[in-house]
Amino acid sequence: MSSPNSAYPDTPATRTKPKRHEWPLWEVFIRGQHGMSHRHVGSLHAPDEEKAILNARDVYTRRNEGVSIWVVEARHIAASSPSEKGPLYEPSESKVYRHPTFFDIPDEVGAM
Amino acid sequence: MYAQMVKSEAADDSAEAKAFQARIDAGEKIEPKDWMPAGYRKTLIRQMGQHAHSEIVGQLPEGNWITRAPTLERKAILLAKVQDEAGHGLYLYCAAETLGVSRDELTEMLLDGRMKYSSIFNYPTLTWADMGAVGWLVDGAAIMNQVPLQRTSFGPYSRAMIRICKEESFHQRQGYDIMMKMAAGTEAQKKMAQDALNRLWFPSLMMFGPSDKDSVHSTQSMAWKIKMNTNDELRQKFVDQTVPQAEYLGLTVPDKDLKWNDEKGGYDFTEPDWDEFFDVLKGNGPCNTERLAARNKAWDDGKWVRDGLLAHAEKRSIRKVAAQ
Repeated sequence: MSSPNSAYPDTPATRTKPKRHEWPLWEVFIRGQHGMSHRHVGSLHAPDEEKAILNARDVYTRRNEGVSIWVVEARHIAASSPSEKGPLYEPSESKVYRHPTFFDIPDEVGAM
Repeated sequence: MYAQMVKSEAADDSAEAKAFQARIDAGEKIEPKDWMPAGYRKTLIRQMGQHAHSEIVGQLPEGNWITRAPTLERKAILLAKVQDEAGHGLYLYCAAETLGVSRDELTEMLLDGRMKYSSIFNYPTLTWADMGAVGWLVDGAAIMNQVPLQRTSFGPYSRAMIRICKEESFHQRQGYDIMMKMAAGTEAQKKMAQDALNRLWFPSLMMFGPSDKDSVHSTQSMAWKIKMNTNDELRQKFVDQTVPQAEYLGLTVPDKDLKWNDEKGGYDFTEPDWDEFFDVLKGNGPCNTERLAARNKAWDDGKWVRDGLLAHAEKRSIRKVAAQ
C-alpha cells in the first residue's frame, strides 16, 4: 500500500490524479524573515497553484510566520522509504572524522 | 476532550507490533510511512478526525456572535479567533491525511454522522458573555488536553498540536479578558457573566470524557501514546486551575460541593451529569441538529465553488499542455 516514492501511504498523493471533485493536496513550504531556508509547514487542498498559495497565506501565515511561500502538489514529491534507512544512512555512521570534535586541538592554539 | 470516547482498536501480538511498541516506549516518533499496526492507524484517524471536526463545528457557536460583538475591536478579535479554529481544523485534517484517508472522506463522515465532534459544541451561546466563557473554559479545557498531546507518538499529530498550542493561548486570554470586563461591569453584565459560567461549567467538565472507571478505550491509546493522560487526571487539573480564576472574577462556580481538599492537593467537585453527556453524544443535545444542518448546508452550498474552481484548473492545465 505504501508506494516507495511518495511522501504518504495510499493518500491522494499516490493516486495518479485526484478523485473527481476532490481538490489535490499541496505541500506548503514557508521562509521566515531571518534568512532561514524554506521549511515544510504542512499541507492543504486547493484547485490550482494560485489558490494553493492564497490558501497557504490564510492557513499558515496568520501571524507573520513568513515572507515567502512555496507550494508543490504532494504527488510530485519523491520520498525515501523507511526500509532503506540502513543502506541510505549507514555509510556516514562510520565516518566520525567528518565531525570537528574528532580532532584534538591543544588549548594553546585558541578557538578553532 | 475535543476527541471524546474515541474507540480504540486492539493491538496485535505480532513481532512487528512488539517492535513498534518498543519504538514508542523509547520515545521515538512514528512517521506516516513507517510500519504501524492497523489498529494504531484506525484509532488515530478516528481521534484526529474527531479532533478536526470539533475545531470546525466549534466555529459555529462563536460565529453566532460575530455580527453582534459589542465593539469593532471585539468583533475583529472574535473573527480572528474563529478563523484560527478553521486553521486548527485544517492542520488536523492534513495530519490525518498522512494516514491514508482524504479530507473529503473525513468531511463526509462528519456530515452523515459516522464521525463525532466534541459534545460541548452542542450547547447554545445565548449571550455575549458566552463568548468570554467559551474562550476561558472551553479553550482552557482544550489546552489541558492539547499541551500533553504535543508529545504524542505520531509525528504529524504532534507537529499539528505544537502549532495549535501556540495559538490557543490567545483564545483563552481573549475569553478571560471578556469575562474580566463583564464581571467588573454593571450589575446586569456581572449577572450575565455568572449565568454563562453557570451554563457552561458542567458541559466543560464533560469535555474530558467519562470518568476513568467507565473509560474503556484508554489503556491501549495510552500505551500507544495517542492519549497522554486519563480523563479524570485532566479534569482535576482543569478544576484546580479554573476555580481560582473564577474567584478572581468574583464569580461563583455552580457547584455547592466544591471544596479544597488539602490531602490530595486539589478540589473535590461534583461530577457532571453523565446521562446528559451520553444523551448529547447520541444526538439529543440542544443544538446537535442545528450544528450538523449548518455544516451540511455549508458543504452543499459550496459544491458549485469546489466544482467550478476544479473545472477551471483542469481546463487551464489542458490548455497549458496543448501550448507546449
